[in-house]
Amino acid sequence: MFDYYNLEPLLMWIHRTMCGIMPEWLAFTIEGIAVGIFIMVMYAVLAIILIYMERKVCAAFQCRIGPDRVGGRGGLLQVPADVIKILTKEIIFLKNSDKFLYALAPFLVIMASILTFSCLPWNKGGEILHMNIGIFFVLAASSIGVLGILLAGWSSNSKYTLIGAVRSGAMIISYELSIGISVLTMVILCGTMDIQEIVAYQENGWNIFKGHLPAVMAFIIYLIAGNAEANRAPFDLAEAEQELTAGYHTEYSGMHFGFFYLAEYLNLFITAGIAVTLFLGGWMPLHIAGLEGFNAVMDYIPGVIWFVGKTFFVVFLLMWIRWTFPRLRIDQVLILEWKYLMPLSLLVLIIMTVMKVFGLVF
Amino acid sequence: MTADNIILVKAEDLYNEASRLRYDEAQPMDYLRDIVGMDWGEEGLGALYYMECTATGERRVLKAVAADRENAFLPSVCSLWKTAVIKEREVFDFFGIRFTGNPDMRRLFLREDWKGYPLRKDYDMDSNPLNMENEVNADVTEEYTLRPDGTIEGRENVVFGSEDFVVNIGPQHPSTHGVLRMRTSIDGENIKRIDPILGYIHRGIEKMNESLTYPQTLTLTDRLDYLSAHQNRHALCMCIEQAAGIEISERAQYIRTIMDELQRIDSHLLFYSCLVMDMGGLTPFFYGFREREMILDIMEETTGGRLIQNYNVIGGVQADIHPDFRRKVKEFIAHLRKVIKDYHDIFTGNVIARQRLIGVGVLSREDAISLGATGGTGRASGWSNDVRKHHPYAMYGKVDFREITRTEGDSFARYMVRMDEIMESCHIIEQLIDNIPEGEVRVKTKAIIKLPEGNFSTSVESSRGEFGVMLESHGDKYPYRLHYRSTGLPLVDTMDTVCRGQKIADLIAIGGTLDFVIPDIDR
Repeated sequence: MFDYYNLEPLLMWIHRTMCGIMPEWLAFTIEGIAVGIFIMVMYAVLAIILIYMERKVCAAFQCRIGPDRVGGRGGLLQVPADVIKILTKEIIFLKNSDKFLYALAPFLVIMASILTFSCLPWNKGGEILHMNIGIFFVLAASSIGVLGILLAGWSSNSKYTLIGAVRSGAMIISYELSIGISVLTMVILCGTMDIQEIVAYQENGWNIFKGHLPAVMAFIIYLIAGNAEANRAPFDLAEAEQELTAGYHTEYSGMHFGFFYLAEYLNLFITAGIAVTLFLGGWMPLHIAGLEGFNAVMDYIPGVIWFVGKTFFVVFLLMWIRWTFPRLRIDQVLILEWKYLMPLSLLVLIIMTVMKVFGLVF
Repeated sequence: MTADNIILVKAEDLYNEASRLRYDEAQPMDYLRDIVGMDWGEEGLGALYYMECTATGERRVLKAVAADRENAFLPSVCSLWKTAVIKEREVFDFFGIRFTGNPDMRRLFLREDWKGYPLRKDYDMDSNPLNMENEVNADVTEEYTLRPDGTIEGRENVVFGSEDFVVNIGPQHPSTHGVLRMRTSIDGENIKRIDPILGYIHRGIEKMNESLTYPQTLTLTDRLDYLSAHQNRHALCMCIEQAAGIEISERAQYIRTIMDELQRIDSHLLFYSCLVMDMGGLTPFFYGFREREMILDIMEETTGGRLIQNYNVIGGVQADIHPDFRRKVKEFIAHLRKVIKDYHDIFTGNVIARQRLIGVGVLSREDAISLGATGGTGRASGWSNDVRKHHPYAMYGKVDFREITRTEGDSFARYMVRMDEIMESCHIIEQLIDNIPEGEVRVKTKAIIKLPEGNFSTSVESSRGEFGVMLESHGDKYPYRLHYRSTGLPLVDTMDTVCRGQKIADLIAIGGTLDFVIPDIDR
């Protein structure tokens, strides 16, 4: 077993050292604040990277160059410049909106996103929120987001936002079923809900290989449903620009809008991250059973690079879909879920259970 | 062409005469091209009814006059042709003629609190100072009926009741392709009714024309439907040339035809881009614009303009074609034939696109004719209405091309008609481009052009339907009245018929496939 990059001993050492020079409650408090700041910084940095990536990827699909002025030929400073711009914008409150709910909504959305974000397994011992029902917690926390969207649509007191919110509510609640079932499929395969243990289970082969047929199907279902959860095209009807101008966040401005925007991009990353955790081994390097030398070489690459690399690959897949397909209509979205995806994911769940019971998985 | 043959009918006989023509055994005049309001001064207010038989292409013009200027009434023909509802509103708006039996007698383009009727010759230009108040839209319309004893009775019809959930789509909206406003009442996601509110870009072009000399009037045609700039101007030039008896050279005819077809490709590429973007696919949007850019570059070299080109003039065209024109056009067509496959790969064959378009927004052939929905929209419903085929002009009588028609009448048919027309336009250009004869591009005309008295009209197939010019001359150097048949107005009118019962997302897709341009509607 390789352990070069295990973060746990380092973190435990820091904790012990701090407890040695101060009371334990103070150490916990300081550590909590440090981790919180770390999450915020990671969150912002990742958002900037993702927005930049989206711009460049979509430019490539659309025969364009993308940002190329601000910050050298690559336009590297374009997104930071946009972030600074949006920070200086006025936050507008509308006359007939419900002020409290209107202000609360973006925070609910971003809170759900950050909670889910904290559960991602970055590295061995590098998970911020670690609990034995981790994946269940992810599902629970991510559903808070839809509440924020509904509140945003309702409190803005506009017809467009209301239609957007209702669409979003109907869609996200429907697709959570498929996500839940496909996650459950993998939980059955791994026999645990603990995210670190799910990753550890994939030491001698990623789940998508170990679970073969049902795992591949669950992976595809997860990608489709995850795309819908992240409100991205072809499932972006909640903010369908051409129909509802901007859907549920039409009336938001400044950083309030920025929160929705940030959350949208990080949800993309989180969707991809959970997909990687469940199907592609999380931070686990590529291991092929029987090839010891190959496995040992792979182990020299740090887990965090594996995780981020795989996640960005899945993010690229999702962007590819987004920039290729036109948008679905609300009834088609719901038909797709209730008539096709949900029955199919239940079927996959049964197949997986049967195969696990009879030992037909690797 | 000689002046139009006009049949004068008495106001009270108008409905019977129109009805007789509409249901004529041999030649039913089932397509009402346009209603042109007129102010003949002493003779009274009235309207010209331009109609056509779709089976034979035979055309008729009826003239009806309401003698009493203050209380001008004409019987409505909206029970014969559905398009008459909105056309009669336009006449009411500009001339104040009320149509008895029309269920919707609101103003069409001007504000509801507008004073007077601007196209009347005795209209006071200072009667409407700039009004900074908000316009309140009435939820009721007026309807007038004629009692047997000859008196007029008015009553109100409700457009939107208090229980309707009315969403305002436009005038500032990403997908209305301009400042179109549709008050849409919805039930959940389903559309119950659409009421288009027009006039946000109304510039009074027809009023302006009455004080411009004939060469000056040309300037405004490019600003109607800017994606049919060449065809619009072609129609007006043709009308004036034919009325004045000016023969133009064959070279100019060739150039005009090629330019018209280039413009059509340009417009249809933009149609593709906008439709795809309306449906949420942003990548194909750039494909269409990439190729459109090449057309604009080619046009720019010859005409000097990209959107507003001012190329056709009375007697020919403004300037000869650029030396590189032929080569570049041929290169472009070869390129387009190659890349059009990508267009179909990314969108036409896409499962989501097909789901969104096939069977959505069906317009029947009868409705298309009755509503006057010409162009690709009508042809997708199986109505063969291509002016280039039925009333050939310029070189269209001599080239070989297919009129694209389909029978489904849904959004997908409308989309495919236009995609196929791109290839057909390429085919037309290829036949002409190598055979442009030598000669003058512009014949000398008199400095001041005066047209003989009479009514003249021409029509061309613009990028999105039949564009008509209806001109009345009283022998002056200014037109007495110059009316344009808007291609987009009947299309917008179609929205309500087609969209009822569909979803909001379909409204946008259907609007995209109907392909209207707002400045052309509002004029």
